Amino acid sequence: MTLASTLEAVDRVEHEAETFAARFGFDEDEVSNIAMAVREATVNAVIHGNAYNREKHVTASFEATDKDLVFRISDEGIGVNEDSLPDPLSPENILRGSGRGVFLMRAFMDEVHFRQLSPGTELTLIKRRASEQNAA
Amino acid sequence: MSIKVSTRQVDGVTILDLSGRITLGEGSVTLRDAIRDLVAKGDKNILLNLGDVSYIDSSGIGELVSAFTSVKNAGGELKLLNLTKKVQDLLQITKLYTVFDVRDDETHAVGSFTR
Repeated sequence: MTLASTLEAVDRVEHEAETFAARFGFDEDEVSNIAMAVREATVNAVIHGNAYNREKHVTASFEATDKDLVFRISDEGIGVNEDSLPDPLSPENILRGSGRGVFLMRAFMDEVHFRQLSPGTELTLIKRRASEQNAA
Repeated sequence: MSIKVSTRQVDGVTILDLSGRITLGEGSVTLRDAIRDLVAKGDKNILLNLGDVSYIDSSGIGELVSAFTSVKNAGGELKLLNLTKKVQDLLQITKLYTVFDVRDDETHAVGSFTR
């Protein structure tokens, strides 16, 4: 889905991700965590990527493979340097009022990948399906 | 549903009963405004009752941290009461459980403030 850079888009993508994840055998907490990770990625796209510019769009796609759920969120912004993101757990950052979004994505998903577009950034969030987690 | 805030006073402590979602946008702004107003009034002992807060995102977590800092900078204390498991887990993951004074009994929480 392709959406304007608004908070309504964030809520919609989160809701769609929650509905999608619930179809694949995750428990309630896991579904909630997956939806939160996707929400955080969409918030980043709307705020940091597109800077609330309604002319720029956020694109979200969800895919289920045999092993994983794959969520891709992209923006049309100036891009982000993944290595420059501060560690929110370090003493100098712990009392900061922001900067925990990517950290939570990584906490709740199995993989988080950044890809630079021209222009923009694509985040790919991967969660192993419940059957794969049980087999591990 | 966004956040709802109601305020009451118990033995010199201002208790904010919050319900709903503290997320980017209206929820975070509502909490920020409520704390700013209390600090401006000189309220120094603030207890946030999060028992009916169903969901907090990273923006909401940041708002709690900012509230903690602004009350502390004003010479007061801000404590948290009745965290749901979801919020408790988030504070554990982000290591903020060690920053906040978290309580699960209102009477004891009220009594714990420095007067």
